[in-house]
Amino acid sequence: MSEPTLVLIRFAYLAILWIFVLAAISVIRSDMFGARVARETGRRDERRAAKASKARSKPSKARRGDPTQVVIVEGGNSGELVPLAGAPLLIGRGNDAAIRLDDDYVSTRHARIASSGDQWYVEDLGSTNGTYVGSSRITQPTAISLGTRIRIGKTILELRR
Amino acid sequence: MEFVHRRRRGAELFLLILSLVVGIGAYAAVGLGVDGEVPTDLVTHGLWLTVLVVGAHVAIRLRAAYADPILLPLVAALNGLGLAMIHRIDLARIAANPDRSSFAPSQLMWMTIGVVLFVTVLFTLRDHRRLQAFTYTAGLVAILLLILPLLPGIGRTINGARIWIHLGPLSFQPGEIAKVLLVIAFAGYLVLHRDALALAGRRVLFVDLPRGRDLGPILAMWLVSLGILVFQNDLGSSLLFFGLFLVMLYVSTERPGWLLVGGVLFGAGAYFGYLTTSHVQVRVDGWLHPFAQDSNAYQLVQGMYGMAWGGLTGRGLGQGAPQTTPISWSDFILPSLGEELGLTGVVAIILIYGLIVERGLRTALICRDDFGKLVATGLAVVFALQVFVVVGGVTKLIPLTGLTTPFLSQGGSSLVANWVIIALLLRISDHARRPPPEFLDPDADVDATQVVSLR
Repeated sequence: MSEPTLVLIRFAYLAILWIFVLAAISVIRSDMFGARVARETGRRDERRAAKASKARSKPSKARRGDPTQVVIVEGGNSGELVPLAGAPLLIGRGNDAAIRLDDDYVSTRHARIASSGDQWYVEDLGSTNGTYVGSSRITQPTAISLGTRIRIGKTILELRR
Repeated sequence: MEFVHRRRRGAELFLLILSLVVGIGAYAAVGLGVDGEVPTDLVTHGLWLTVLVVGAHVAIRLRAAYADPILLPLVAALNGLGLAMIHRIDLARIAANPDRSSFAPSQLMWMTIGVVLFVTVLFTLRDHRRLQAFTYTAGLVAILLLILPLLPGIGRTINGARIWIHLGPLSFQPGEIAKVLLVIAFAGYLVLHRDALALAGRRVLFVDLPRGRDLGPILAMWLVSLGILVFQNDLGSSLLFFGLFLVMLYVSTERPGWLLVGGVLFGAGAYFGYLTTSHVQVRVDGWLHPFAQDSNAYQLVQGMYGMAWGGLTGRGLGQGAPQTTPISWSDFILPSLGEELGLTGVVAIILIYGLIVERGLRTALICRDDFGKLVATGLAVVFALQVFVVVGGVTKLIPLTGLTTPFLSQGGSSLVANWVIIALLLRISDHARRPPPEFLDPDADVDATQVVSLR
């Protein structure tokens, strides 16, 4: 192998290495800007969705008024009402929980109910037995609305007006 | 933050292809530089690398669709480059003495095991917060793993450090796995007790000292692991664990005083070590006076000569003489790369490490739960400290201590542990970047049977 070819290979390889590094950096950069673009398209989608729902114009019970309290529907503490005013609300067996459940299947810090804008979410805090919305165990903050049944241990909670 | 991350799996694939060009290109350049022809096994080697990388990519697509798109390509490029360099040193070693065994095939096997574990972690660990349940189990297992090499029969001393276990034909460094487990244990403990650690307690000088009952368990866990490491003469790992603990304590309590206290403690401990242990004295003397007449720093000096010979753009792959440095395929792989790729190449490699750490810390920043934040910080810090200690050691910035260069240097346990670290980081970043789920349609009749997505 001749000397100039080897020199060429040497510089070509260094170029490849740096192209890779710069490409990685440019993906990081576009990831930042990309996120912003995605938000804008997201907004456009939202607007479109809002328009569509207006076109349907089907007023529903659920749209009227926001939830103001959490009701314990089933379980040991059934019938208790907790106002949502103090959100985010911690649900668990611990002393610091806003919604204290007397249920052996509930963890000390089990789940949290919080709001973002008009939307209410329930989030599992790494409990042992899990938090269920409907029949599926949630692994991330999940949107809930009036009447969505949240099952925690043997207890079932619901948002009410 | 109403900020939606995109999946970016296409960008990941593009970067992966580039990273394969880096890895396979290095392998081809080594063949061209050493023998003057493209190596005959380039196709099998390249295919195997491609299969591993594509396998990992598909696993991410299936199980962590929103995970960070840059981590896997960075790691794949480093691993491919490391394999090529180990192969290159193998060629030189075997040319000098045909009886020697080659390291590259076993390294490729360990990489395969690492990728399999990576995929397993992504498939079995759906939610990283489940790990918080194993706080104390992880701590206990980490300490047991660290004790293993001290047991007679399976433990073995190699190059002065008793950190290896041998089971039949397999040898393993359990400390590498203990590293990951300790991050989980520290994070799980600190996330529960951070408030108590930060607020309850007395103020001494500049630091709010926490109460003994808050700090006690974790302090004991840490002292035991540190003691074992010192007993095993494994300086690099003890430095790593010390720094890891300190940074995690600082991050969780938001008290910069810890860094001050830790720094003072470290200085005192290092000076005490220097006065009492000959092992440390040798390292420090080699660092201060490597070129002295009676210097013990042959390895360090060889590495520096190599890097100096490499200069700005290197000798070219396959055309240096990295095999003249002892252990050039493992601890000293960075000077070997510096010799053949020059400063230009080494800066690129250090930049890749920097980007890996940056992605880890970014994951910690955008993560929504405290446990995930702490685990991601811990893993990124492990990575950063390890690279700093190794690169600083071989470039004579700090005294030389034995630690592996992540993903580059030959050594199965380290490679496997690092693939697991990357899998955990990707799991956390998938969780952090995933947009909030679609709203349940308020019009829908909630009492009726619904189709429920199980994913």
